[in-house]
This record gives sequence, structure tokens and C-alpha cells, in this order.
Amino acid sequence: MPASSILPLSLRRVGFRIDGRTIIDDVSVDIGAGPSTILLGANGAGKSVLMRLMHGLLAPTSGSVAWSDRDPERQRRLQAMVFQRPVLLRRSALANVAYALKVARVPRPERERLAAEALESVGLLHLANRPARVLSGGEQQRLALARAWALHPEVLFLDEPTASLDPSATREIERVIQAFDAAGTKIIMATHNLGQARRVGDEVLFIHHGRLVERAAMDHFFAQPASAEAAAFIKGELPWT
Amino acid sequence: MGAFADAARSAWGLIATGDAALLDIVGLSLAVSLSAVACATVVGLPLGAALAIGRFPGRRAIVILLNALMGLPPVVVGLAVYLMLSRAGPLGAFGLLFTPGAMVIAQTILVLPIIAALCRQAVDDAWAEYEEQLRSLGASGFGAALTLVWDIRFSLLTAILAGLGRASAEVGAVMIVGGNIDGVTRVMTTAIALETSKGDLPLALALGGVLILLVIALNAVAHVVKDAAQRRYG
Amino acid sequence: MDLSRRALVALAAACALVTAHAQSTYITVASTTSTEQSGLFKHLLPVFEKKYAIQVRVVALGTGQALDMGRRGDADVVFVHARPLEERFVAEGFGVQRLDVMYNDFVLIGPQSDPAKVAGGKDIVEAFRKIYAAQAAFVSRGDRSGTHFAELALWKSSGIDIAAAKGAWYRDTGQGMGPALNSAAGMGAYILADRGTWLSFRNRADLAIAVQGDARLFNQYGVMLVNPAKFPSVKQGAAQAFIDWLVSAEGQGAIAAYRIGGEPLFFPNAKN
Repeated sequence: MPASSILPLSLRRVGFRIDGRTIIDDVSVDIGAGPSTILLGANGAGKSVLMRLMHGLLAPTSGSVAWSDRDPERQRRLQAMVFQRPVLLRRSALANVAYALKVARVPRPERERLAAEALESVGLLHLANRPARVLSGGEQQRLALARAWALHPEVLFLDEPTASLDPSATREIERVIQAFDAAGTKIIMATHNLGQARRVGDEVLFIHHGRLVERAAMDHFFAQPASAEAAAFIKGELPWT
Repeated sequence: MGAFADAARSAWGLIATGDAALLDIVGLSLAVSLSAVACATVVGLPLGAALAIGRFPGRRAIVILLNALMGLPPVVVGLAVYLMLSRAGPLGAFGLLFTPGAMVIAQTILVLPIIAALCRQAVDDAWAEYEEQLRSLGASGFGAALTLVWDIRFSLLTAILAGLGRASAEVGAVMIVGGNIDGVTRVMTTAIALETSKGDLPLALALGGVLILLVIALNAVAHVVKDAAQRRYG
Repeated sequence: MDLSRRALVALAAACALVTAHAQSTYITVASTTSTEQSGLFKHLLPVFEKKYAIQVRVVALGTGQALDMGRRGDADVVFVHARPLEERFVAEGFGVQRLDVMYNDFVLIGPQSDPAKVAGGKDIVEAFRKIYAAQAAFVSRGDRSGTHFAELALWKSSGIDIAAAKGAWYRDTGQGMGPALNSAAGMGAYILADRGTWLSFRNRADLAIAVQGDARLFNQYGVMLVNPAKFPSVKQGAAQAFIDWLVSAEGQGAIAAYRIGGEPLFFPNAKN
């Protein structure tokens, strides 16, 4: 979709301070279509905040976040986000997906079909009429993925999507993410799980203390981390200061 | 104690015989309190949601005021409404004083702060959970608020029940603006006050028992509905 | 939205129910707790309502409050018992004309232990002096009611300045007749009450009549039409019909016929 792409996403000297504390410090990066990007770092490194700045849920206190397409309506429509803990509405699984389509002003007759397709893509079609809040944790997260993907966004943000799930549910989620990736969706995922980063990602943005310390292709990053912090993190010996 | 045994017997007698005067009083009590709660709900839920989600100057002051007004003394509300509706007052021309309509107005004023304040709290808590997700989906302020209120509708039932409890239990306001007129504005609480005045304490206690049963029944129904719905929708 | 639509339907239904009460012709009578709580109105009103197809709505308050209700135009008729106050009400132009309707009497109620030794006496003023001398517990209405004004007048006749003399023994409750009797029953105190309320009062504990029959215990009731010239909302025709009926032979007969345990509570004395 190069003609209508909202990518690349450009961050220029982005900073985020709150209550006098610096959470994100002078991050500049361009993220283009193609490889799956992993925001890697320890808990508290600033991955989630950086992702919210990219998605537009937070406004930077300095610097700028810009998409190549300046139309805010298209920007919003062509990106979606899945959170660590899915927030589902008290209605059926199908209605949850349909709600997202309604908010995006998809005409009513098409909503149900698109929602059913999205559920099918995450293997939840058989639970379409089940109330969303009574699904298992893994099913809820897959439903959140279906909802995010129903509009076929160009960019899908995922913030630690498996952090609260058991290993088998985690595998399921990763399979779905890989399928979306294969279908051409740009994946940008935050995680602190090295194994998951390797399974899902193609490149790494390593975040430490709110700074972008290193950007590298996945294999290269693990084989030869350029920074001492990344090397320490990989060894599981990240020094806390 | 003998009084309680007498009261229990007398209450049972009233219920068992379906005493016509009692049924009228119970019916009017329900009509007045439910109307007041309905009015307060129609105004209070949007107000509470707006205060939870909206960001405008004076919002904090209104929230504090609303919380304080939850404890509004019914007698003061009754008196204020009385002076408004009195023939000599600004709304005297409508001739509402000593009618059930006046009682609905007074109880609406009493119940509104409770429903609005509890709704604000519930929506505020839910908003903390839903905000990012709804914004990510692109839901706008008003639409997001509506979605939120609908999604926590079972929790809001608790706020409405709290309002109903307040309305059906208060006597000060309805006594003043209704006048406790036999067959016209006499409700359960004013009837209890009257029988207490006449020294017929067992009958007063019996009426109190009927009122409590009624409130328990209403709450039971509401909770059964709420529980069933919550099991259904999670 | 579904919820709000259902709420609106419920609201409309409730409003219909509520306003259904306000259909027929009715008048509002401001009266006293003594007439309401003695059961007199329950006896009188059905007779009148049936004949005239006019509903009478009684709001029972103390005499002072009932007159204030008339002063604000919130009643069509005022039916109370404190003659000087009633005459002032008419003189001020709030009432049209004051008519005598009936009388009963006040009684001094006290505990059977009779700490002030007044039981069986006929002199109410002497009894008040003894109560004060014994500092025996005494419950006052303290609510500007007709009974309260009568009590104050009796303290004055006894030569006791109650404002200065009141102490722990004198309990100013600010309540209606019934609640005040409940308080007196609970404290074993003396109290001045109208005979009608006393006769219909149930929670007597060990209270009994201590003093009765003194001419100074006479209690006259009067009725007034609220001035329609001042308040156009006054339903003059219906209200006048009620007043006329009260002082008519039929109304007076109905008052005389009201008895509790064979005892008459009120004695008609309209001047016709």
C-alpha cells in the first residue's frame, strides 16, 4: 500500500516529562513499513510511554511525532493498538468488534461481516455470541487483537500483549501476530521478553532509562549488542541505578 | 417486648387483609419515590458522567458541592420547596403545593446529588480503565461517555437504588410540601409519623415494617436483575 | 438509548398516576393537629364531601403555623383555636370573617404518682402554681399552637413569669400534641392537652387526667375564609360552602355526634 501509506513514522527529538521526571529523553527515530519492530527494554525503561507517544495517546512535551500522511482522520484509522490488559465492553465478542467498526464509521450492514471475519482470523468465531468479559484471559486478548485488526490497520501497536498470560495463551497470541505480520500489517511491539522479541520481531529498538540506546536487526542485536546496557540486559544483568 | 409483638401482628393483619387505605398509601409512596428517582436519574446520570469525563473550570467545585449535598437535610429541602411553591412564592401560580407533584419535586432535589455523585464516582473509576482503549479506537468525548455509562449500567443501578432508599425513607420534605393529607399526599413515612403522633405506636411500627419489607423487596428484585445480568455480561 | 427510553415511559406512567389525584374539585383547609388527630375530620368530611362533591384536604399544623399558611395563601379555609390570633388574622385582612364553630376543653394530664399533688383539683391556676413549686416535670408544646398559647396564658394567670421561671423541670418540646403527649408519657410529666387528642391518644403509659372542669380551660374553635381579594387562588365558592355547612344545623349535629367511648369530644356552639 505504498501510495496511501501513513508510514514512515518520524520521531524528532521527542521528550516526555511529567511531575519533573523525564520519562522519555530526546528520542529521534524513523520507522518505515516492512520489518516488525520490537521496543525492547526492562520494566520502567519507558517502552509503554514511547509507544503511547507514537500512537498519539500522549503528546510529547518536547520534539515532534509525525506520520508521512498529515490527515489526522487517516492517521487514526490506519493504526490500532492492543494493550497489556484488554479492555472489553460488556457485550458479546462480536459486538465488541462491531463497536470498533461503528466508531470508525463503517456502515451498519458491513459491520457484522467484517467483525465476523476478524473473529475468524483469531480463531474466535465459535465464541462470537459469548459475552466478552466471561472469556478466558487468552481469548480476551485474541478478541482485542481481532478488534484492533478488524479495520486492517497499516500499523498495529502491541504493548506487552502477553505479559499477563500463561505460556500456551502466549503462543496463540504470537501466532496471530505473526499472521497479521504476514498479511502485511506493520507490527510495532513493546516487550521485555527476549524469546518473544526473537520469535516475533525483525528489528530491535533498545530503550534504557527513556533513551533510545541502540537500533539493530534482531540477529545482529543478540549476536553483537553495540551498547554495554544492551549487552547487560541480554545477559539478564541490567544494572539498576 | 409487647410492642413489637403487637406491631408484627398488626403489620401482618394489614398485609393479609390487603387493607385498601394501606394499599393507597403504599401505591402513592411508590409512585412518588419512583418518579423522583426517575427524574433524578435522567438528570443525574448525564451530570455525573459529564463531571467524571469533562474537563472544565469549576468542575472540582461542583463535585465537592455535589458530595456535600448528598447529606442535605430533607426538612431544609422541604422548606425551600414549600416557599417556592407557596401561593406567595415565585412558583405559586402553578398550585402545586400539597400535591404529589410537589413531593416528587422535593424528593428529586434530595435524590439528585446522590445519584449524580455516585454516578460520577463510578464513571470516574471506569474511565481510568477505559480511557486509553476508547481513545485508541477513536471514540469521541460524548460518544465515549455514553458507551461508558451503558457499559457500567449495572454498577449505576447501585447508585439509583441508593437514591430510591433515600427517597422512600425520608419524611421531612414530603411532610412539609405534601401536608400529609389523607388520601391525597399521605405516604408511608408521613403515615408512620402521624400514627406515632396519635400514640398508636404498634400501628406506626407495623407501617414501618411494611415500608421496610417494601424497600427490601425492591432491592432484592434490583439485585437479582443485576446479578443475573452480571453473570451474563461479566 | 434503550435505558433512557424505558425510564421516560416509567416516568410518564408515574406522572399520570400522580396527577390523577388532582382531578376533582377540592379545597385546602389549614387546621390543627387536635382536630385531625382526634379523628373529628375523618368523621365529618365524608358527610360533607358526599353532599357537595367537594373534596376537603386537611393540612394539620399548630394554630400559629396554620394561620401562617393562610397568610401565604396556601389554604382556602383556616380552622383553628386561638381566638386573639384569629382576630388579628382577620384584622390584618388575611381572613374574611371569623365564626365560632365548636369548643372543647383543655385538661391537665399528669402521672398517677402525682408529685405536685394536684390530682382531683378544679383550680387550674392553683395546679400550675403547685407544679412550679414542686418543680415537677412539665412538658410544653412550645410550637405556637393554640394549646401552647393557652398554656402560656395560664402561667400568666398563675402569676408565674414562665420565661424567667423555666428550668430543667420545664421541657419545651416544640412538637405537636401527640408527640408532646408521647414525651410526657415517657418522662412521667404534666402536660396541658386538648381533651379530643387526649381521648383518642393510645400511648398513655401511666398518665391520667389530673385537673379538669375549670372555666379557664375552655377551648373555642373558629373558622375563617382566606381573603379571596388578597389571594385570587382561593376557591371562594367551595370554601364558603364548607364553612356554611360547618355552622349549619347539619354540620353542628355531625360535630355533636362524634364520640369516643360514648364521650363527646367537641361541643358545637355556632351562633345562628
